[in-house]
Amino acid sequence: MSEVKVSIKNLYKIFGSNGKAMVQHVENGCSKADLLNDYKHVLGLSNVNIDIPARKIQVIMGLSGSGKSTLIRHLNRLIEPTSGEVLIDGENVLAMSDEQLRDFRRSKMSMVFQKFALLPHRTVLDNVCYGLKVKKLPVPEQHERAQRWIDRVGLTGFEANFPAQLSGGMQQRVGLARALATDAEILLMDEAFSALDPLIRNDMQDILLDLQEELHKTIIFITHDLDEALRIGDNIVILRDGAVIQQGTPQEIVLNPADDYVRDFIKDINRARVLQVSAVMEEGTSSSDLTLDHKMILEDALPMMSDSGVTEATVTRDGAAIGKVTLGDMIGGIARPKGHGQSETTYR
Amino acid sequence: MDFLSEFPEMGRQDLRDLKKGIDQSFREFSRANGDSIEGFFEPLLHFMVGLEKLMLTIPWPFMILIFAALAWLGSRSLWLVLGTIASFLLIGYLGMWENTMATVAIISVATIVCIGVGIPIGILMARSDRLQTAITPILDVMQTIPSFVYLIPIIMLLGIGKVPGLLAVCVYALPPIVRLTNLGIRLVDKEVLEAADAFGASPRQKLFDVQIPLALPNIFAGVNQTIMMALAMVVIASMIGVKGLGVPVLRAISNQYLALGLMNGLAIVALAIIFDRVSQAYGKRLQKHRQGGHGV
Repeated sequence: MSEVKVSIKNLYKIFGSNGKAMVQHVENGCSKADLLNDYKHVLGLSNVNIDIPARKIQVIMGLSGSGKSTLIRHLNRLIEPTSGEVLIDGENVLAMSDEQLRDFRRSKMSMVFQKFALLPHRTVLDNVCYGLKVKKLPVPEQHERAQRWIDRVGLTGFEANFPAQLSGGMQQRVGLARALATDAEILLMDEAFSALDPLIRNDMQDILLDLQEELHKTIIFITHDLDEALRIGDNIVILRDGAVIQQGTPQEIVLNPADDYVRDFIKDINRARVLQVSAVMEEGTSSSDLTLDHKMILEDALPMMSDSGVTEATVTRDGAAIGKVTLGDMIGGIARPKGHGQSETTYR
Repeated sequence: MDFLSEFPEMGRQDLRDLKKGIDQSFREFSRANGDSIEGFFEPLLHFMVGLEKLMLTIPWPFMILIFAALAWLGSRSLWLVLGTIASFLLIGYLGMWENTMATVAIISVATIVCIGVGIPIGILMARSDRLQTAITPILDVMQTIPSFVYLIPIIMLLGIGKVPGLLAVCVYALPPIVRLTNLGIRLVDKEVLEAADAFGASPRQKLFDVQIPLALPNIFAGVNQTIMMALAMVVIASMIGVKGLGVPVLRAISNQYLALGLMNGLAIVALAIIFDRVSQAYGKRLQKHRQGGHGV
């Protein structure tokens, strides 16, 4: 695994008057429902351990109430944990003084919010400048940097507008530009696109992926939408009742769901968009002229086969053949797994 | 059965002694501190007297122009400006110019004092629930206690004159701005505050960049209320020696001069309407950014 940027260790968050004392009960196996019934405390996060690699998009996924928004707020300490550690570049965020914490938030980490959270009395330009203003940069530099990001997210010409004059998608672009303008290495996105309608959401995902190709930031993206998670995530963590139930690449999660909860989650997704050729590959060689890279997703590979009029193809890695794949393998891979049986594909 | 039909009162003698004791100690307190308290308010007195004199020295046509200009700056409404000019012309024509200027002066000073004292108190209240619990009942008392009751200690302390009058006006006019500042800041969108935190804003940066600007419409409603309540106190303040439109009203009451009372009363109403409309229009313009729709 590549360099770890953010490391979350044994993190617990228990809401209530005496959260610290409750950690013991949770460690002894007390469930969220029991904790609420017997002790009147709400379990927010339970023994969360995640290593987030640098310069990748880490998605944290779960339904509402699963603790994902609570978790992301621990990373910049908008919420104090009950116990545990959050290390960023090896530095413990929880040990920072108020002053250090402010400095850290100004330079290292910025955030995009579900409901945009723009300043309604400031123009688009001033909103994008906000992080820079907090850092007390000289005004000309603020404007110059903000303008660059406004142009980059496609809001040129709207600098003097107020947020209320923009559509939701445009407002979130302002939110994104504001977060990027501080040049922080880590970008936290709390259900950033959830409030947008599906077409706009797609646009925003494209913008984000596009930006990421050039910026290589460490992005931590919260969502409740699995399609979104699979589309943009390099890695995915699935949370339920405040606990991590599975982490891995999108393909790993689709191929080997950890339990019924995850299986339920993935049953309706478009598997062809997630699975790569390597996941359905067989041993052996093919006589076909068509070659497919092992990382190509099935959605792209299938039309290529049909265009060439073949039913078999050679799978390559860095140009060298490593196996073959048949049309049957691919269709089998896409088919929704039946019942609760293990995934039928030969995985690696 | 005596116990049920007769309230178990404190003895008459004891009650008399209690009242006497309170009166005596307050009298001693005011004898000891009256002068220093008066000295404390000295600059305020000078400011108020100066403002009144200035308004009377400026020739009346210019004064009316100044009022018209202020109305325009606040409201950008031609009708309001014309109404302001017409009202002041009529007030002058009916011989109430000097009293009106005196009233405008005390209202202005009272409003400035209330803003200066009330907004910081409101901000502190918004930051601490405990302080809010402590201050709210005091505000309730200030607003509901009959004004004549708090005139007594003020007169004992400071005698009769402009400063005690100003104080009485401020006691009555201060609560709305404190309340609405507190409310406005508490109502600021939690998400926006969280965003400010996430970008590393200090408490001071949050206050001046986020909380106060977003609370401004409410704070402004408080300023408007404060002005209105200050105007409402004009007649009572004139009982303790404040010059202005209240003096002829008092004279009219004691002598049954209907016309005199009506004219001066209506002049107060005219001032109230002008102040109210202008400050409300200004408050609305502060919120222009809240309107949706494209185009600036």
